[in-house]
Formats: sequence, structure tokens, C-alpha cells
Amino acid sequence: MIEIRVHGRGGQGAVTSTELIALAAINEGKYAQAFPSFGPERRGAPVMAFVRISDAPIRTRERVYNPDIVVVLDPTILKIVDVTAGLKKNGMVILNTSKDEKEVRKAFGIKAKMAVVDATDIAMKHLGRPITNTTMLGALIKTTGIVDIKSMERPLKGRFGRIAEININAMQQAYKQTQ
Amino acid sequence: MPKRVGIEVSLAASEAACAVDSDVIAAYPITPQTHIVEHLSELVADGKLDAEFIPVESEHSAMSVCIGSSAVGARTFTASSAQGLALMHEILFIAPALRTPIVMAVVNRAMSGPISIWNDHSDIMAERDVGWIQTFAENGQEVFDLIIHAFRVAEDPKVLLPVMVNLDGFTLSHVIEPIEMLNAREVRRYIKPYKPQMVLDPKHPVTMGAVGVPEVYTEAKQQIESVLRASKKVVVSAWKEFARLYGRTYRPIETYRTKGAEVVLMTMGSVSETAMTAVDKMRDKEIAVGLMRFRLWRPFPLEEFRRAVKGVKVLAVLDRAISYGAQGGPVFMEVRSALYGQAGQPNISGFVAGLGGRDITTDMFEEMVKKAIRYAKKGKGPTYELIGVREK
Repeated sequence: MIEIRVHGRGGQGAVTSTELIALAAINEGKYAQAFPSFGPERRGAPVMAFVRISDAPIRTRERVYNPDIVVVLDPTILKIVDVTAGLKKNGMVILNTSKDEKEVRKAFGIKAKMAVVDATDIAMKHLGRPITNTTMLGALIKTTGIVDIKSMERPLKGRFGRIAEININAMQQAYKQTQ
Repeated sequence: MPKRVGIEVSLAASEAACAVDSDVIAAYPITPQTHIVEHLSELVADGKLDAEFIPVESEHSAMSVCIGSSAVGARTFTASSAQGLALMHEILFIAPALRTPIVMAVVNRAMSGPISIWNDHSDIMAERDVGWIQTFAENGQEVFDLIIHAFRVAEDPKVLLPVMVNLDGFTLSHVIEPIEMLNAREVRRYIKPYKPQMVLDPKHPVTMGAVGVPEVYTEAKQQIESVLRASKKVVVSAWKEFARLYGRTYRPIETYRTKGAEVVLMTMGSVSETAMTAVDKMRDKEIAVGLMRFRLWRPFPLEEFRRAVKGVKVLAVLDRAISYGAQGGPVFMEVRSALYGQAGQPNISGFVAGLGGRDITTDMFEEMVKKAIRYAKKGKGPTYELIGVREK
């Protein structure tokens, strides 16, 4: 079982991103759970959302305390939240940042495996808005192969309709650019 | 073929009410039940469900409308949570008395004081004695299946009682997970058109809801009590029929790894899944522990429970609600009462955890089991105890 925690701010689509991943995994015949950190949503406040993916039925309703993967949608979160909290040994952090890996490691003392992508830049180009939840899916899939990137298209189309295509493009560009 | 889809559990609950072709939905939105009602209103507005969606100004009105619509012979569904369910309280008693087979999804949430929108069972435990059949779901599939089952049981001419299907707020209601959805055509094999025994009809006037003077009140109560008790047979046979048609089996008491278990955990609702993982972990450490869950809470499945518990030496019972000033949580008290005077009765410890959305972890279940074993060995322990209370 793989456990993922997504960090973002209220309104940035962290919850949506976890739903999309779960739907893609379920469509592939896997088992998955996606759920938010329950409570009143507040725009701009730090939020978390969670996904579990497994080949076998998932029998737990605990929160995710020890994720295998952490996805950070908003680089400013790093200043206020310890995104590596509880991260499993050999766990991985996938960051949206315009800085390079070394710089981020130094600034925030992150020792875990890391992948970086300038998702804000990609999202601005494709969507015209700094909303990176769909862009970061490309980075997640590139670094973890947790689902096939093609499996993301159906959930994205179901969720976004006529603006699905620009989201798919943003995801694909992040898939190419993630390091 | 049933379709396996990824869907939010709340929406699956609405889809179940849609698949049985409900005629009337009257509900008032309240967190965390809201998505069920929203989706039903969409289904009606989109023409996917041919039903009257009656928006009301409160839950008190919602349940009153449900009773009225059920009394004229309409298949009726509603949903609520916590304060909303409590606002229905006085009307809830009337539904079984009028033999109106309403189905309600109760999205379990803590009762206020302090205000909480999060999950526990204090809302449903306060409605334990209202005369409704009550079942509990552990995952999204069960929510879908149990709602369909609820209509079959409620409308059975031998029953004609309302049914509450309980699902944990947020921790279950707001999760996206895979569910095999039966469509309306598949459900029609199981749910036949509702044939009411007696309806409110101006052409053939009857009185429903008359005064019960002291000369008849006791007899009226006795009838509700005996039909609720007798409903267990229908509940079980409807589950058997469900298994025959759709392949998923449900029982009043569900067990997990209880074979050879000396210690058994007792739970209800979605934490039972976490408890299964906890049991697996403890079995790996060679602790002979198993799990039992109440799937059916009302009528209380006494014979099934006593059978399942036979040979067990220690019982650790989890409650998700406090019964202020009592001897323990409501589940604990019923379990202990059910075993009182039975030969070889186990040592029973009560625990209360997961109040107002506090997460219940596998470690907590291990703590409960270890404590129950220790208290049994010592021959004494606290009447009941709260797990996970912060000391500072």
C-alpha cells in the first residue's frame, strides 16, 4: 500500500488532486481511498489531503501518519509546515518550486528523496492561474509511476469538462520537466 | 454487470436511494450529511430520479413530511446528522407507531457541547429507543448495499417499520473509494414496488396517529415492540436474498479472526476496518485476538451475539459515545447485560474512544486489548475508561 499526503492551501485543489489520483487508480482496477483532513475549509489556510493506493482492499480508516510520498502544491507552505513530518524512511517529497533541489534542501533542511518542478510557471502558461493541483499530478506520476499518466485523462475530463484539456497539457508538461 | 466505480460514499448513498426509485425525499442539509441531500436534489432536478424533492425549513419538518408521504404510500428517503437528528427526535417515535417504512441515512456526528461537526456515535445512541431498525456500515460498499436492504426490510408487510442506516461522518461519508454500483434494473430483482397495507386516502378514510388513551397505549407499544423484535428474521432473510442475488453477505454480528480467539474486540461502524488491521498486527505478535461488530443494533441480535461470544474469555468493547454518569458506554452496557448470568461469561472491559472526530488508530485498539487482558488477569479494572485523553 502506498500512502500519499498532499499539502496546499485552501482553494488550491489539494483535495481535488487526491480525488483524481484515487479515481485513476480505481479505474486501473486498484483499490484506493481519497479523503481530506476533515473540517471547515478556509481559503488560503494550509490544508492536507490524503490518498491510499493498494492492490488489495484497504482496511483502515486511520489518518495517514507515515506517508510514502508527500506532494507540496505551494512553495510558501514550506515556511510554516514541516512537510516531511512522519515521512517513511525512503519516502519522497515532490515539490513545486522555482528553486533547484540543492537550494531547497539547504533552506529547509530536507534530507529525504526529493523531486522538484516549477509547477506555478507551468500552470501560469497553460491555465493562466497559479493553481498547481493538476500540474503536480504530472510530477507525481513521473517520479512514482503510481498510475499510468493516460489513466489520469478520464478523471480529469470528468471533473473539468471543457477545461480538461489545458489541465492535461499542464500535467504532461510537468511530467516532462520534473527532476 | 454491476459497475465498479470510484465515488464519494455520500454520493453512493444517494445513488442507492435513486436505484430503488424513491418517490419522496424530504431533508434538511446538515454537515456531514450535506452531500447526500445535494446529490439527491441534483438527481431529481436532472430527471434521473422521478421523485418529489421537498425542501423543508428544519429536520423536524423533514421527518414530519416523511411520515406524511409514507402514510399515503410513497417510498420515502431522508438523511440527517447529529443536531438535525436530535431535532427530529420527537417525530422519530411516531414513524414506527404509524408503521411508516421510511429509510434514513444517519451520517454519524458528535452532538454539540462543545460544537463539533466531526464523527462519533453520540447522535445515534440518543435515538436508540425510538423503535427504528438500525444497521451500521463499515465502508462505502456497505452503505450502498445496506440502504437498498433497508427498503426491502422496511416495506416487508411483516415489518412496516422505518430503518436507519448508519455511516460515520467524514471518515466514511467523505471518502472516495471503489464501490460496485447496482443500477435500477439490477435492484428491481430485489426491491419490488411498495404495496402499502393501509394508506391515507380521502376516498377510504382511516385515522392514523390517533390518541392512545391509557386503555390502549400499552397494547400499541407492545405491538411496536413485538414487530421490531420479529423484524430480525426479515432483516436476516433479506440479507440472505441479497447474497444470493449480488454475492455480498451480511450478518447481524460480523466476526473477523475470532476462531481460537481468547480476547475479542467489539466495535461498530467504519473503525471496524482499522480494528481488523489492528487484529492482524496483534495476531502477528501471537496475541489470540479477534473482532466482532454489530451490523444490526436494533433489534439487538441477542442470540447471535451470545453464540458468537461462546468460549471467549475477554471482551474489549468500544463505545463511540459517552453515557454521562452511567456504568459505561451504551454498547458496553448492553453487551454486559446480554451476558449477565450466562455460564462462562467473559470478563468485559468497556472503552470509549474516537469522540468528536478524534482519530482511532491501530495502536489504540492494541492498548484496549492489552488493558482488557490485564484487568481480566487482575480480576478488576475500571468500570470503563476513555482512551487517548491528553493529560496536558
